[in-house]
Order: sequence, then C-alpha cells, then structure tokens
Amino acid sequence: MIGARVKRNEDPRLLTGQALFVDDVHIPGMLHVAFKRSDYAHARLLSVDVAGAREMPGVVAVYTAEDLGDYWQPSPLLVPPPPAQYVVFNQRTAGQLARDKVRYVGEPVVMIVAESRYLAEDAADAVVVEYEPLDAVVRVEVGLDEDAPLVHEDVGSNLAAHVIQTKGDYASARANADLVVSRHFEYDRGTAAPIETRGVVAQWDQLARHLTVWDSTQAPIPIRNGLAGMLGLSERQVRVVAPFVGGGFGPKIMMFYPEETLVPWAAIKLNRPLKWIEDRLENFVAMTHERGQVHEAELAITKDGKILGIKDVFLHDNGAYDPYGLTVPLNTQTHLLGPYIVPHYYTEFKAVFTNKIIVTPYRGAGRQHGVFVIERLLDAAAKELGIDPLELRRRNFIHPDQFPYNNVIIAQDFTSLTYDSGNYEPVLDRAKAMIGWDEFRAVEGPRLRAEGKRIGIGLVMYVEGTGIGPYEGARIQVEPTGKVTVVTGVGTQGQGHYTVFAQIAAHMLGVPLEDVLVSTGDTGQFNWGTGTFASRGATVAGSAVHAAAGMVAEKAKRLAAEMMEAADEDIELQGGYAQVKGMPGARVSLSELAARANPLRGAVKPGTEPGLEATAYFGPPMQATACGAHAIILEVDDETFDVKVQRYVVVHDCGTVLNPLILEGQVHGGVAQGIGNAFFEQLAYDESGQLLNASFMDYLLPTSTDVPRIEVGHEETPSPLNPMGVKGAGEAGAIPVGPLYAQALDNAFEDIGLEIREIPLSPSKLWELVEGARKRR
Amino acid sequence: MDHVVDVEVNGRGYTRDVEARLLLSDFLRHELGLTGTHVGCEHGVCGACTVLLDGVPVRSCLTFAVQAAGRSIMTVEGLSGDPDDLHPLQSAFHEAHGLQCGFCTPGFLMTLLPFLEENDDPTEQEIRLALSGNICRCTGYQHIVDAVKLAAAKRRAGLTTPAQEEDVAGEAGML
Repeated sequence: MIGARVKRNEDPRLLTGQALFVDDVHIPGMLHVAFKRSDYAHARLLSVDVAGAREMPGVVAVYTAEDLGDYWQPSPLLVPPPPAQYVVFNQRTAGQLARDKVRYVGEPVVMIVAESRYLAEDAADAVVVEYEPLDAVVRVEVGLDEDAPLVHEDVGSNLAAHVIQTKGDYASARANADLVVSRHFEYDRGTAAPIETRGVVAQWDQLARHLTVWDSTQAPIPIRNGLAGMLGLSERQVRVVAPFVGGGFGPKIMMFYPEETLVPWAAIKLNRPLKWIEDRLENFVAMTHERGQVHEAELAITKDGKILGIKDVFLHDNGAYDPYGLTVPLNTQTHLLGPYIVPHYYTEFKAVFTNKIIVTPYRGAGRQHGVFVIERLLDAAAKELGIDPLELRRRNFIHPDQFPYNNVIIAQDFTSLTYDSGNYEPVLDRAKAMIGWDEFRAVEGPRLRAEGKRIGIGLVMYVEGTGIGPYEGARIQVEPTGKVTVVTGVGTQGQGHYTVFAQIAAHMLGVPLEDVLVSTGDTGQFNWGTGTFASRGATVAGSAVHAAAGMVAEKAKRLAAEMMEAADEDIELQGGYAQVKGMPGARVSLSELAARANPLRGAVKPGTEPGLEATAYFGPPMQATACGAHAIILEVDDETFDVKVQRYVVVHDCGTVLNPLILEGQVHGGVAQGIGNAFFEQLAYDESGQLLNASFMDYLLPTSTDVPRIEVGHEETPSPLNPMGVKGAGEAGAIPVGPLYAQALDNAFEDIGLEIREIPLSPSKLWELVEGARKRR
Repeated sequence: MDHVVDVEVNGRGYTRDVEARLLLSDFLRHELGLTGTHVGCEHGVCGACTVLLDGVPVRSCLTFAVQAAGRSIMTVEGLSGDPDDLHPLQSAFHEAHGLQCGFCTPGFLMTLLPFLEENDDPTEQEIRLALSGNICRCTGYQHIVDAVKLAAAKRRAGLTTPAQEEDVAGEAGML
C-alpha cells in the first residue's frame, strides 16, 4: 500500500461539485463583508467619513479603526527572529484597519457589513477618505538610502532586519582562491495566485456561546488558538474549519490577516453569520507576495574547480510589515549552499520595509533565490575555468558517506543546518541521461543550430530543506463498523492528504484502503498541530499517522491475543482481521475488537483505555533534506523571443515515495509555477507603489500551451529522521526553474556571450538582455 | 428594479426575481445553491466558472443572470452531482489524477464536454489548445491532458453517461 500508485479518495466529491469550499458555506441570515482599502502606497490618513456609507441601502454596520476600540491590535509575531550570530529585528506588525497612516495599496481602512456583497461594495464606494500622499519606498535598492521616506517613522530607517551568518572564514578562502567570480543578481516579486482566493465565514452561536469559523487557511489550529485569545474565549469555544481549500502555496499560512480577525469579531458583535470572500483584485494587492531580493555575491574557487568559499550580501524586500519574521531570507541563506561542499561562507542580509504588501513564504519560500545565486555563480565559474558545468558541480558534491553533513548556520527551524542524508551523483547522472546531455551537446545541438535554430540546454541542481518541526499529530480509531478514521490537524490544499494518510493507516492496520476515512483541517476533530507548509505534510503528519496506526495495531493484537489465548507477537493484521499466524481459521475481525474495546457494562482492568483508538505525535529533530536536478532543452523564436520548451526532465529524491501518482502531480505543478516565475510572472509597480498588473489579463499565469510535458525520474535516499524514510516534495518542482532557464538561454545565445543575472524574464526582457549582450561584443 | 428570470438548469426549471446586475455565477451559486461552479477571477480569464448556456461554454462571471432568461444551462452537477456515480469524463479525471485542489476542475469539465462531442479523438496539441482558456495552478496540466485522452477513449468506446461508467469512483470516502 505504501508506494502504490493509488487514485485519490477526495476526487469524486471535487469532481461532482460536492466538496465544501469556504464560499460554499451558506447560513440563513448571513451578512456579507466588503473592505474599503487604501488607494495609496504611502499616505497620512487625514479623515475617514463613513456617514454616507452608513446610509446606503442594506448596510448593517460600518467599522473604522476607531470603532474597533480595544480590539484594534497589531497582529502577533508569527515567527520570532532566529538565534543567529548577528541579528537585528525591528518588529512592526499591522493593526486590522489602518489608522493615522496607510503603508501599502490595498491596506484595509474600513469594514462594511451589508445584506449582500453587492450592497457592501456599493457602500464601500460611498466612504470618503482624505489622504495626504507621501513619497513611497518601492524599490528595495533605495529603501535604506539616507533620504528615503520612512515606512515606520519610529524605526528611524527602513531596516526591518539585519542578519549575518558565517561558516568558516571566507576572507582566508578568498585569499587562497585562483579565481573569484563576483556578480549582481536580482529576483523580483511574484504572487502565488491560488485559483480560490482567501475567504472567511464566521458564525456565533449566542446560546451555546460557541464560534465556528470557516477559513481558507493552511493553519486552522493556530488560527483557532489565536482567535480565542484575541476574542477572550476559551479555545474550546472556537472551532476553525479549513474545508477544501482551492490552492494555498504559502500565502494562506500567513496569520493573522486583518480580515481573519475582523470577520469573527463582527459576527459576535452583530450576532449574525458573516461572510467575506476576497475578490481577485484584493488577492493581488492584499494577499502576501514573495521573492524580491537583490544579491551581491562572489565565489572563491581553485583552478581545478574546487569551491573554497562563497560570500553573499543581499537586500530582501520585506513589504510594509514583518509578522512572518525572517523565514524567507533565512531559507535563501541556507539553500544557497546546495548539494555542494562550501567550506567557508559569509552571508548577510538586510530586510527592508517597503510600501508594498508584505512578503511571506510562497512555494519555495526563499529557496529559489539562494539556488539561483549558487547555480549562476557555478555556471560563470565553469565558463571562466573552461570546465564542463556539470563536471564542476560533480567535483563539489557532498559525498554519501559525509552525512549527516553540518553546514553550521542557523536554518528556518532554528537548528544548525544539517543535511540528514543524500546521494547526489546518481541524481545528476540520471537527469543527464534522461535529457541526453552528451548527445545533445555533441551532435543534436550543433545540428539544430546549423539549421538556424536558437536552441539551448540546461541542467541545474538544488537541495530542499523539508518536513520541519515542530510537530503534528494524528488520532486513529477503528469504529465498530470496522471502518478506520484518521484525524489530523494539517489541512489539505490539494496535496492528497485524504489518500496518502489513508494509505499509511491501511498499510499499518491491514485493512482495505476504502475502509479508511480521513478528516483534516477541522479543529473540532483534532486540535494540536501547526499547519501545512514547508513540504511537511507527508513527512511530519504522515509520520504521526504512522505512529498512531502502529499503536492501534498493537492494541488490536493485544486484545486479539487475549481472546484467542495466543501470544501478542503471533497475531497479524490482514484484510480487516486479527489472526493467529499460520492458523487461517483462528481470527477475529477488527470490527468485533472495536466493539469489545468499548464495553457498555461490566468491569475493565485498571489502566484500560477505551476504544481501538490511539493518538500520536511526531516532531523531527530537524528538517529532512531532499534534492533534485532539473534539465531542459528550449528553443527561442528569433523574432518574438518567445521560448518553447522542447524537453523538461526532473529527477527528484525525496526519500521513500508514498504515492508516485501524487508525487508526480506535485512535481508537475511545482514546475509549472517555476516556469511562471522564470518567464511569465512579475508584479510591476510604478514609482508611487501602484501595482500595474493586478489582473489575470496583465499578470500572466502559464497555461496548458506554455507548460511542457514533464518527464519525472526518482531516486530514493531514505531519511533517517522518520520511520518511513520520507522527505517532503511539495516545493521541489518550483525551486530551480529560474537558474535552469538562465543556463539554457545562456547556452542558446552562447555565440553572443549572454549571461542572465535576473529573474523573472519575459520575451521583451530577454530581447533587452540579448540586445545588451550584442552591443557589448 | 428586479427582473423575472425563468431558466432551466440541469433539466430543472427555476423562476427567480433578480437584480439586473446579478452575475450568472452568483445566481447559480447563491440563489440556486449549485456551488459546484466556482469563481476564480470574476474577469473572465481563469475559466473556473465555465458553464454551458444552450450547450455552449460561457464564463458565468461575465454573464448576467437576466441574460440566461428563457435559456438552458448545464453546470458540473448536471454531468453528475453524485460522487458515487461519476460521468465518464469525471472518472477519467479521477483515474488520471487530473486535479489537485479541485477548485478549477468544474470549469475544465464544462469546457471539455462540448469539445469532446465535437472531437472524440483529439491530438495532444488540440487538447492543449482546447484547455488554454482555463487556468489550473496546481497540476501543470499534464495529468489533465492525460485525463482528456482517457475521456476521449471512453467516449469512442461508447461511454457517455454516468450509468455506463463502471469505474469504482467513490469507493473510498472521507469523514
């Protein structure tokens, strides 16, 4: 069952329109919420006049920051700064509605509650806000200039954070180097754009004094706990349900969004069910973004291609507030090291407040930028040294016998960055063979170029820290019907939790897969855990399911052994029965054991716990490090500079594979987002901080004609950190696509010496870079 | 001023008084309770809200409910709204893992139904062109393309209704 190519349990409901998403929740008497948001990136709020809005038809309530009274509060800091060598962190989080000042376009200013969303939006148009516009901090490069406008005056500068981490002594490495390659790199902002936007529905039951919240979040349990605290309720009085969620990719792990704390508060205050569903324009400006860094990096290397050290100093565009701490730039620092031995490393970043929506993790979560820097540095060094770029990588791989491999600096989970296991050469070799690297370079490439085709090949490597702590849990019960229920706190946004967790439980309990029912993301079912992020569902929650199922199996064996007067170890679980090994007739069904484990009369032994049920938790000591290689052959249209991908190969090692069908789907989807990031998607701001392409007509997501067929190969190097040996896979597909495009495009334009140092690209950007390279020659 | 809309949806007649500005997507979802049709962008790009209006795929977010008066609509629930009894097109998506979060899926299905009626043996390129007006953020489209090939094969084999589809969809469930 583990490792089987099993179809998904959740699909029939999704395919027939019978799966509950937040906007599908309908409660009689429900009111609807709209927000009046800031039109300015940076302005003083002079006055907010809601008198006209209050008079509009169907309006039930209108709230400004002032109307929130004591409930107005800056959101909590979700992730504290790391215990790194040198850390400055200026914590500035946002209150739910702006007062005094607005700091990004889209910041909520007024909340309106009305009989319908249409009427609520009419009323939002009737709100009159008087602003005094201020100069905006838009480009991260100028955010720390002496004369830059200040996003938060009381900080005294726009410095959100400053972190320095070192491994070894880079200065000595540089002194011993035969070659130092220095480069400036840029990696600009994009947005996750889940097809389902954010949404919150809240219902207060006045008589039961109980609040139910449906939230399209990746973290229902922390949302429940936080809401209870803010609202002065017990955690038992609040239930948060993340039902089916239409894609998350990171921004739905952010908390607390202002809408998330306002809608439940107003539902209680008005004693009416409330619904707010984000529209697409709001999603562009008010859901968090990612990427946005500028690097000055250098690589110190010997003439035979041994890396001596790397120095990387970068600016990180943090946006207007920093409630998510430093996860993204920390991931950049750690993932820059890749699968390579880097004896000396100096990494320093400054996170800068800007007048834009805040940056929080989006699939890859900072890893992209680090991988872009190291892979581009290696490509540049390979050219200068005259060494094949793949050979250069191979010479620097960490060897299989060097694990666990300690990279010293502090990772996003605050442990000292240590790779648990890995074997990188087979990954490189397989990708190289699958794409036909040698053949293409020797024969096919030259032949196609002779025909006048602008064609290029690329292959890059990466590692990915996955499956971080702190922990997740699962409760598993065999019901008297013989059906098995698995409940866990991590919600699903399409990753197949209903299927993979069922596979694990079915495997451990010897029951058919169709007898396992899974519930996720409902604090009414399970209320310990953190959420779905950092490629950790299968690794952390899956391991908790494994442990709980193991405990239930032991309990079933013990009960069966007692009944049949056998030894515990002679019992095996198979086909829904506990049977004595080698004695086909001697068996009892799990269904009967479940009934016996919950007697209605009589006495039980002291210490007996009722039910064929167990709860288990799993917390890994550190992240599990997956790795992979992506390879591409692409062709550039000489007239339009459109790029057509001819071949795309992914070789991926995420340890034990639980379900290859689902894993391939995760990789495909990641690559599609990576392609968007590399060649289609860039958030374009003007100098006043207005987002110029806040629609799907102007911000281009890859379509079925843009994304090629992706060939996937697997290597399996088990993780020693969990019982099944799994590592995470959710983000892998998206991580190395930028440097891959860059390398292959460099190769296609080798004749003019193109070297790409920025992502995202586009046909027009590529044309500019090619023209620049031609002029320089 | 409200307007009377008489409309047939999935073979059933409905009469409602609606505002002229009410979107067809909101009408289907919130007036009729047919929440299988999803709204992704409300500006006609993502295709999640696609339904059939007199057999032709339309963006229900760019259509007013009053424009559907006197006409016939089919939504995903009209393919099959029963998880235990999938239409062959739905079961092809299940078998090929043609969905992840599933939010965009109803729009894909409603785009594909008339496409496969016109062309039951499409090439990969024809499939990709047919899908190019629907955005999926999860799958990278590859398994969707595979699902369409499978659905076309089912159609060529004479499978066109849920009753004929003997796939074991819905064999396992969730709480």
